Amino acid sequence: MLWEPVIGLEIHVQLATRSKLFSGAATRYGAAPNVQACAVDLGLPGVLPVINAEAVRMAITFGLAVNAEIADTSIFARKNYFYPDLPKGYQISQYELPVVANGTLDITLEDGTSKTIRITRAHLEEDAGKSVHEGFASRTGIDLNRAGTPLIEIVSEPDLRSSHEAAVYMKKIHTLVRYLGISDGNMQEGSFRCDANVSVRPKGTEKLGTRAELKNINSFRFVELAINHEIARQIDLLESGHKIIQETRLYDADKDETRPMRSKEEANDYRYFPDPDLLPIHITIDDIALIRNTLPELPDHKRTRFIKDYALSEYDSEQLSGSREIADYFETAVSTAGGQAKLCANWIIGDLTATLNARNLELSASPVTASQLGGMIKRIADNTISSKIAKQVFEAMCNGEGDADAIIASKGLQQVTDTGAIEKIVDEVINASPEQVKQYRDSPEEKRAKLIGYFVGQIMKKSQGKANPQQVNQLLKDKL
Amino acid sequence: MHEHTLAELSRLLNTGKISSTELTRLYLERAERLNPQLNGYINTTPERALAQAKAADLTILHKNHGPLTGIPIAHKDIFCVDGTRTSCGSKMLDNFIAPYNATVVEKLDAAGMVTLGKTNMDEFAMGSSTETSYYGPTTNPWDTSRVPGGSSGGSASVVAARLAPAATGTDTGGSIRQPAALCGITGLKPTYGLVSRYGMIAFASSLDQGGPMSRTAEDAAMLMNAMVGFDPRDSTSLARPKLDYTAHLSDSLAGVKVGIPKQYFTDDLDTDTANKVQEAIKQFEQAGASLHPVDLPNTHLSIPAYYVIAPAEASSNLSRFDGVRFGYRCQNPVDLLDLYTRSRAEGFGREVKRRIMIGTYVLSAGYFDAYYLKAQKIRRLIRDDFQNALKQVDVIMGPTTPKPAFKLNELIDDPVSMYLSDIFTVSVNLAGLPAISIPAGFSGQLPIGLQIIGDYFSEAKLLNIAHQYQLHTDWHKQTPGGFA
Amino acid sequence: MSLQQSDIRTIAKLARLAVKEDELAQYQQALGSILGLVEQMQAVQTDTVAPLAHPLDIHARLRPDVVTETDQRAKFQQIAPETENGFYLVPRVIE
Repeated sequence: MLWEPVIGLEIHVQLATRSKLFSGAATRYGAAPNVQACAVDLGLPGVLPVINAEAVRMAITFGLAVNAEIADTSIFARKNYFYPDLPKGYQISQYELPVVANGTLDITLEDGTSKTIRITRAHLEEDAGKSVHEGFASRTGIDLNRAGTPLIEIVSEPDLRSSHEAAVYMKKIHTLVRYLGISDGNMQEGSFRCDANVSVRPKGTEKLGTRAELKNINSFRFVELAINHEIARQIDLLESGHKIIQETRLYDADKDETRPMRSKEEANDYRYFPDPDLLPIHITIDDIALIRNTLPELPDHKRTRFIKDYALSEYDSEQLSGSREIADYFETAVSTAGGQAKLCANWIIGDLTATLNARNLELSASPVTASQLGGMIKRIADNTISSKIAKQVFEAMCNGEGDADAIIASKGLQQVTDTGAIEKIVDEVINASPEQVKQYRDSPEEKRAKLIGYFVGQIMKKSQGKANPQQVNQLLKDKL
Repeated sequence: MHEHTLAELSRLLNTGKISSTELTRLYLERAERLNPQLNGYINTTPERALAQAKAADLTILHKNHGPLTGIPIAHKDIFCVDGTRTSCGSKMLDNFIAPYNATVVEKLDAAGMVTLGKTNMDEFAMGSSTETSYYGPTTNPWDTSRVPGGSSGGSASVVAARLAPAATGTDTGGSIRQPAALCGITGLKPTYGLVSRYGMIAFASSLDQGGPMSRTAEDAAMLMNAMVGFDPRDSTSLARPKLDYTAHLSDSLAGVKVGIPKQYFTDDLDTDTANKVQEAIKQFEQAGASLHPVDLPNTHLSIPAYYVIAPAEASSNLSRFDGVRFGYRCQNPVDLLDLYTRSRAEGFGREVKRRIMIGTYVLSAGYFDAYYLKAQKIRRLIRDDFQNALKQVDVIMGPTTPKPAFKLNELIDDPVSMYLSDIFTVSVNLAGLPAISIPAGFSGQLPIGLQIIGDYFSEAKLLNIAHQYQLHTDWHKQTPGGFA
Repeated sequence: MSLQQSDIRTIAKLARLAVKEDELAQYQQALGSILGLVEQMQAVQTDTVAPLAHPLDIHARLRPDVVTETDQRAKFQQIAPETENGFYLVPRVIE
């Protein structure tokens, strides 16, 4: 039988606020345990939550970016369960009336076609703390620094049909939230995490199969691996006549397997009810308009514009609209270079990316600024330097030796275009290579192109790469 | 000296007739001597009190003082006082030294008041008799074989017995007004949102409200001036223009319309209580007020709705007591579940556990709509009843409780009968309205309370009406025998 | 509305309250009588009534995104049952 996977994702995105969702404690990552857990985060007796306006603004921003409905009245609810990393014994989340409902996001599939994924809702909630299982004799340590950090949970409809689609969707959300500036999207630090609801059904049928919820997926690679693993497990079970049990499973990246979560064994009854410590949030049309005006250009729009305005390929546009930083970098470089979009694209996707990867740097920490790169490309375009010399200039810029023009001047890298000077070198090389000259002259036309390379190489060497290659070629052809 | 009201003590301190330190010592001495009969204080905090008194005396010396500077007060042990054990009457918090101050405590400290100590209460404010306290029951100074009411029974008892000139209380379903009535003092529950709930250990968040417990309405007005105010730490705190609650105490009662709901004068009402309350109401008529029948048709549903909503919120509010970050932890837990279930079973008392279970049940899958949602709908009906009535009249009057103080242990094993003693008070909390209870006579030697309910933010009016009554009566001046 | 002892066990489990076998009957009786009291609500027709979660019809006031809290770990952990190296400790948890 042919099986069809049905997948929905719940993506948890930590919002990049300074303070927590309901308290004035800092959200900075990596602090010593519990130093950023204030009285409210610890759930001390008598404390009360107060909603962070910026978190609400960020949730609305996301909603607008996915063409969703923004609630005019939104309510916080308590989700009641006991767990040591949940200090109050309930999580303040949203149940009825989330901030964001009914959005959509288009993803591009492998065959180049586009597919619309429906976003059921996105709601605000507080993150839990962290349990540390190693390092304590028969104990688990609890660090509540993360408790109360604002999250939006983005829930998709079960519209995804393969692990690849799931990964593409997850990446697209990741790009989007970083574009919007509402999350740093740092997956190592847990700012961007995903649960996947996975079921399978016979291809061609409508009825949904029993699903398993996979928890703890924190990379694009793992989302594919975990879902593939789970699909295979479910198909195996069904084909051997077993049933799927609805359960929560934990993905273990080390073993590449999923296993049932002990802590979620009993079916939970979360007893959601409106948090009586918090009043409904009122979001006005004016609030929404104000936020809409601050929305940046979104990735899809940027990609299309790059193809149209800069005549870039689909691939280049995709790469250069992958984050706001790289898009801004590209556009600054082009503007400094005075055009040369393709050349800028090649340098950014090629040498610059390679250098950043080799040095393990983010674009924001690039040793070469966008205007420096643009300045260099301008010099390639006006024939001041050759593409080959440009590599030297680029390396010098990477080492902090200044702008392209300064480097070209101080190292004397300016291309030689004076015909007399080039002719002198050409003559010297021809005179010093009688054998090669003979061989060239004896060869038929179709083999000469290859043999001329020897002379070009010698001339470039003698000119330290500065001779204009077109001029060298022309002179050689004339003289030989 | 201990017979003085706050207004009188204020004058004595201001004119240097007595120092705050002398006054504080006097009350601490009375507390030490007389509290064993009452168990109204869980503990006094003499060191803190005397340090505050000393500071107050300096402030008075430098003429930087306000009307409350140097006057002692007792806090219900539900308010966090930094560095002081704040137990909420529970074994669960017997070892809990609060690491911060409740906003109410900060405000009264800032007004220069001196904290004498922490008063006894029903565990987590769940009760109407102060018998559910881990620290044993508080007794009623008018008859120590009887309860003082609850849950703020400790505060009511120490104020009535003059072991403190005033106290703070909290009122979720009548916990200020009912003990005030049973102990013969004045107790005001303000409009929901006027007094910050920050640092006041939550019972039922949408119902809880702190307020003053004092000898007189004038004293309550002075305390309101210090207690009320916007608090950015409490999302349900209201930002309103500052009022002087003492400004209208002397207003005439001529023309005031008093509503009398027939639902408050039923056959269940104790005859003596009914008669005394009717007599008190007649006095208002003589003072120029007019009486009008009003209808509160859903009154009988207030207890059922309350005993769904309050336990539902409480069941969630009390989940934080899990033996992990503070409070009681059971010995040698074998695993996490054991840590939770045993710490909570051993740390909470019987009534608290009953309410947690009821609250858990009414919120659980399959029962939510029939109980919790239904109760929320009835809550609206009850609020609408009051709004309709208060369109016709300025205030509503009736008894605070169906009968005077009952005997210790009389109702402790009968939760439903205990709950029914809140019949006249809980609807006010469901609606979020302000109400005051004032002494209106005695049944034998036991005090009877008159409840006056007003529209939202009508505290100044309620205090004015209560004060005018107290100018013409002396019920509030009576001191229980043995505590004179 | 009558509750079975099995209901009491389920509720107690959800509420994380250990209940001894000999307490079940007490709870069954007490909770049953409280639910009986509450049952009066069902006689009232409320289909057209909107639930009221809060006495005052007002909206939330939001807080500016400012860090106002400082590290008070030492003070907060003084009152904790068990801590080590800044962590709160619980019996080992298996996820």
